Amino acid sequence: MLIDILISACLVISGIFGLVGSFGLIKLPDPMMRLHAPTKATTLGVGGALIASMLYFYFVLGNFSFHELMITLFLFLTAPITGHFIAKTHLHLMHKPADLPPTGTERPWASYESDAERQRIEAEQATETPRA
Amino acid sequence: MIEYALYFAFACFGLGLLMNIYRVISAPAVGDRILALDTMVVNAIALLALYGIHKGTTVYFEASMIIAMTGFISTVSYTRFLLRGDIIE
Repeated sequence: MLIDILISACLVISGIFGLVGSFGLIKLPDPMMRLHAPTKATTLGVGGALIASMLYFYFVLGNFSFHELMITLFLFLTAPITGHFIAKTHLHLMHKPADLPPTGTERPWASYESDAERQRIEAEQATETPRA
Repeated sequence: MIEYALYFAFACFGLGLLMNIYRVISAPAVGDRILALDTMVVNAIALLALYGIHKGTTVYFEASMIIAMTGFISTVSYTRFLLRGDIIE
């Protein structure tokens, strides 16, 4: 009975989180805000559904399976990476480097620095360090 | 009791999938479209896991694992294509 309540709670909570994540995607006004809803809420929602599935198969049907843990781990590892890549795409398509706040150094934000420029500065720093 | 909670979760994730389709069709920018497709993958994995509970079989977990991998690779390649104009440099 207790395990039924636990599984049902996991399912209901995961459903609410999944719905909130997908609703935030169409509700929030700014592209960078919209990035929050799916990468956080929906990932938690699917994690809850997979944990409910693991509990169900172990306690109700009596066979333990690792697959859910693998899927949960994979999703939790990949969600930040996809979020980072989509944020970078937004930044490069929507904003110019002049719109961003200053970095406080002579160099621009790392995402906008060209490869040749970065290699030149890093080579300079590499030659400076042994002297100091 | 599990059954009703399962139906509730099915309804939530199905509604979420419909919202994502709406966002894919009418997105203000191309980044939102990629984000909506990525969320669709996550919602599809959740629906497959719930369907596995409903049917009482573990067959669908391999399928959801493959969908998870395909979704990640496709999102990364879409964004790489937009950033660099090229997928493999």
